[in-house]
Amino acid sequence: MSEAALAQKIDDPGLDETAAKLTPERIRTTINRVLQQENSARLKAFVGTCVSCGLCSDACHFFLSHDRDPKYSPAGKVKQTLWEMIRTKGNVSQEFIVRAATIAYTECNVCKRCVQYCPFGIDTAYLMTVVRRICHLLGVTPLYLQDTSHSHASTFNQMWVKDDEWIDTLQWQEDEYRDEIPNLRIPLEKEGADFFYSVIGPEPKFRTQLIGQAAVLMNECGVDWTMPATPGWDNSDMSMYSGDLEIMGRIKRAHFETARRLRVKRVVMGECGHAYRSVYDVGNRWLGWREMPIPVIHALQFYWEMLKEGRLKVATQMEEPCTFHDPCNVVRGMGLHEMARDVVRAFCSNFIEMEPNREQNYCCSAGGGVINCGPPHTKTRVLGNRVKAEQITATGAKVLIAPCHNCHGGLEDIINHYKLDVKLVFLIDIIYAHMHKSNAI
Amino acid sequence: MPENGHWNWEPGERVIHEVKDCDAEVSWLEELHASPDGEQVAVVAKLEEGYGVCVNGKLWEQTFDRAWYPKFSPDGRLTALVNVDGEWTLAVDGEVWPETYTCLWNTLFSETGDTIAACAQADGVYGMVVNGEIWEQLYDTANEFNLSSDGKRSAAVVVMVSMGQAEIFTYQKGCYSVAVNGEAWDNRFVNAWTPVFDPSDKRLAVQTRSTLYDYTIVVDGKPWSQNFSATWEPRFNPSTGAVVAPVRQAGKWGMAEDGRILWDPTFYQLWHQAFSPDGKKLYAIGAPKYGRWTLVENGSPWPLTVGDMVEDLTVSPDGARVAAAAKEGGRWTFMVDQSLWNSWYEMIWSPVFSPDSKHLAAKVELPGKRYTVVMNGKPLKETFEQCWEPVFSPDSRSVLIRAVQDGKFKRIVAGVHDF
Amino acid sequence: MHSIYTFVTGPLVWVAFLVFIGGLAGKFVYLTSLAKNKDPYVFSYLHLKYALRSIIVWLIPFSTRNMRLNPVMTVVTFAFHICLIIAPIFLLAHVIMFEEAWGVSWWTLPDAVADVMTWVVLASIVFFVVRRRVVPEARYVTGPKEFVILGLVALPFLTGFLAYYQIFDYQTMIILHVLAGEAMLVAIPFTWLSHVMLYPMIRGYMGSEFGAERHVKDW
Ligand code: SF4
Ligand code: SF4
Repeated sequence: MSEAALAQKIDDPGLDETAAKLTPERIRTTINRVLQQENSARLKAFVGTCVSCGLCSDACHFFLSHDRDPKYSPAGKVKQTLWEMIRTKGNVSQEFIVRAATIAYTECNVCKRCVQYCPFGIDTAYLMTVVRRICHLLGVTPLYLQDTSHSHASTFNQMWVKDDEWIDTLQWQEDEYRDEIPNLRIPLEKEGADFFYSVIGPEPKFRTQLIGQAAVLMNECGVDWTMPATPGWDNSDMSMYSGDLEIMGRIKRAHFETARRLRVKRVVMGECGHAYRSVYDVGNRWLGWREMPIPVIHALQFYWEMLKEGRLKVATQMEEPCTFHDPCNVVRGMGLHEMARDVVRAFCSNFIEMEPNREQNYCCSAGGGVINCGPPHTKTRVLGNRVKAEQITATGAKVLIAPCHNCHGGLEDIINHYKLDVKLVFLIDIIYAHMHKSNAI
Repeated sequence: MPENGHWNWEPGERVIHEVKDCDAEVSWLEELHASPDGEQVAVVAKLEEGYGVCVNGKLWEQTFDRAWYPKFSPDGRLTALVNVDGEWTLAVDGEVWPETYTCLWNTLFSETGDTIAACAQADGVYGMVVNGEIWEQLYDTANEFNLSSDGKRSAAVVVMVSMGQAEIFTYQKGCYSVAVNGEAWDNRFVNAWTPVFDPSDKRLAVQTRSTLYDYTIVVDGKPWSQNFSATWEPRFNPSTGAVVAPVRQAGKWGMAEDGRILWDPTFYQLWHQAFSPDGKKLYAIGAPKYGRWTLVENGSPWPLTVGDMVEDLTVSPDGARVAAAAKEGGRWTFMVDQSLWNSWYEMIWSPVFSPDSKHLAAKVELPGKRYTVVMNGKPLKETFEQCWEPVFSPDSRSVLIRAVQDGKFKRIVAGVHDF
Repeated sequence: MHSIYTFVTGPLVWVAFLVFIGGLAGKFVYLTSLAKNKDPYVFSYLHLKYALRSIIVWLIPFSTRNMRLNPVMTVVTFAFHICLIIAPIFLLAHVIMFEEAWGVSWWTLPDAVADVMTWVVLASIVFFVVRRRVVPEARYVTGPKEFVILGLVALPFLTGFLAYYQIFDYQTMIILHVLAGEAMLVAIPFTWLSHVMLYPMIRGYMGSEFGAERHVKDW
């Protein structure tokens, strides 16, 4: 291992202790199985076409934030991982695997921005997920990410929330928000409702107010909605990022089949990015569904619909200067940036764009499961996203809207580390504070 | 399905109840629930203080801090999960179980309805309560609950080793087991899912993984000799007792029986398999091509496919026919007899076969949030604000329709040829 | 000397073109059948409109953000590719040879223009070589192979140029020129020069994924 790599070495038992047990044989067969059997045409085309021009580098916030250190360029990451695995036909060392895992899990957010910079459209994010798959099959995964994947496997949610804790939280939130809206309901298990509202594990665990606020929004908009009282309520999916695709498939199936069991026409999900990627792009496909079998509507899209249909009304506008962070998975992933802006502009009188923005926005550096790799890797993602801090500062905004849980976590750390003078909110926080509430007392 | 020959099968329509009526001061009434025989309609009522349960307009005597999850048992008793002084219990036809629990949820019934069970948490430990009695042995966590069809046995996946935060190595050694009537198997699994009983309620099969990568089926504690890269829920052959489960090999899905490949792994997806009652036919939902879904009969996919989804596979009582809900282009219809019905709907419910297997009926949603029942592809002339899934008479000549029309809950018995 | 000349301009041209076309065709068939059998997403999500949109947008100078961020590279890359393709096809000497062999001919470039274009190709390659030596992100991912490939592309132009100006022995030069051209053709299917074919394939697929599935631009 090079000196530079050693210097950056981070202690993570999920990587070190597991790698120490690997035999060369297991490394070789696993790599070759993934490269030869699990992946084929795209992998070959991407790797064989790269002219190693380095033009993808400018896409990557890690590269830009590390003063253009090529080790952090997209092609540089492929070179340090896949190229070497292919060249050596899988004959790589334990240390190499640890380094490859560190790169793939913590130095790449699989944000796909580099696709938009490579002249050929080579998908480095995809290549990094191939590396992650190899690492998962070798058992070399960051400890906290692996723990989250275990939670998915055991409880079908991200945060070890037990079946009864989920129900209890919803009923408690309902009670709580009745102080303001006496006729508020969180209708559980209402078969045949128009949609079921799905959230991610951290909402019942830490950010319960988001559920309450969403219930207020539903109440005001007069929609026919429900929430399941069974596992399948959680749309999040860290197994997709750890490389445990079998568990990813299992939890996505539970999510979609819960929607079917409730006979809803759509699922509306809260402000989360990666969960969206998991339902429209990765999880559904692994299960054999070309598209989402039951459409999942992202919160941004839902707010926009409610606003356009006149169900959601603006009572007051937020006057503080605010800016909007475009989460990769809903913008580069689903093109929701204009809808988001329509909603932001409706509720905020002083909206300032970041540069670059929309599908060109820099990733938060928490996405792709990186934040779920936990405390050992916080520095990597915070230092790897100086450009985000600069981008936010340049707007002069006092409020930063980030409609995604992982972005939220990542930006919080960036705000603290770079001492930015800005308040971080979800879009629902602003909507809740400024919407017309006809049923409130 | 319990015996329903004693229900009133006189053809005709009867108004049971004005759905807005309740003999108490209520803040609001929640969702309606019809009894299987259509003689009662129940609703949770939010009262000024707390909650009540209203049946045909009459409030149960006792009211609660909270009441929810109203469910009729197959034999027509009404249950609800209720909270009294911060503790949970189950109310059956207005009578609460004597014991209370920290939490109670997911009410389950035996096939005839004589057994009522629910999942419970009592002071931080988990198990099941069956007919008001909690398992003797409780666990730090339990989930994936199931009740045998005779109600005599209940099962859940339980944790045997308590894990601290982020203890991935302990987890990977295997901390879970399966408990039947509260008694755990000796096995330890990294994970176990979907315990299912055989038709005679004597045996139990689960999906497990013994490492992060090795999935298999375990029957009564004995794992299959073969591992797979993934599995789905097992089912018992009702005549031979063999266990089948979809398994994944080299990126595709096939069906395995007792660990050996029965249908080659050529499917992009394969699940929800079900046997005919004689065990001779095995049906499943599958995707023979990426993104194209159909029904699979003894390993052969039907020639027609849909793009969005196939769900709710239902085998006819004689085992010769199979039907499912199929979705294409955002609309639903039924897939049966190797074809699709001509009409498409906003939403559909599970198909229901008549006892003689000749007729197929289902609840459907029409545009404008109107509902009706469709029989053999033909809709009833009337539409409703709300309706429930149809129930056939034992002689297969009539069908019971429970519906709300003009604010009235009605019980309609129609002939199968009235559609 | 003459027999060598007839050999390299005769059978060897055939061989080179056969390997070039056959190699690319083989690669195409291999990759598409691989996609069909083992990577079902590729064909399932292919969308003509968005495939073409992506291919075309990326062929227009300065149409993408990254092209604007790297103006020099953009100008050089476009100039290089245009000259690389146009010059050999419309070079008078090539057209004459073709006419002698097949009896068909087409419009040709004035020699002076062809000259400039050759210069452009050679200068661009020098630029690429220098860039790969000095720009850290390019240098980091560049290996000896990349210089060999650039050399393979430069050689036909360099030798053609030297032959035209009869700087060294014309006969030798022209044989070297033909050989170099053949070597380059043969190398295309087996190196990243195959991007001549993979460019539209990858762009088409990724353009479809971005345009039709994600409703977003891929530039
Ligand atoms: S821009 Fe594309 S071709 Fe160039 S190095 Fe990056 S991935 Fe390779
Ligand atoms: S972080 Fe984003 S831009 Fe950087 S390599 Fe990964 S996918 Fe590409």
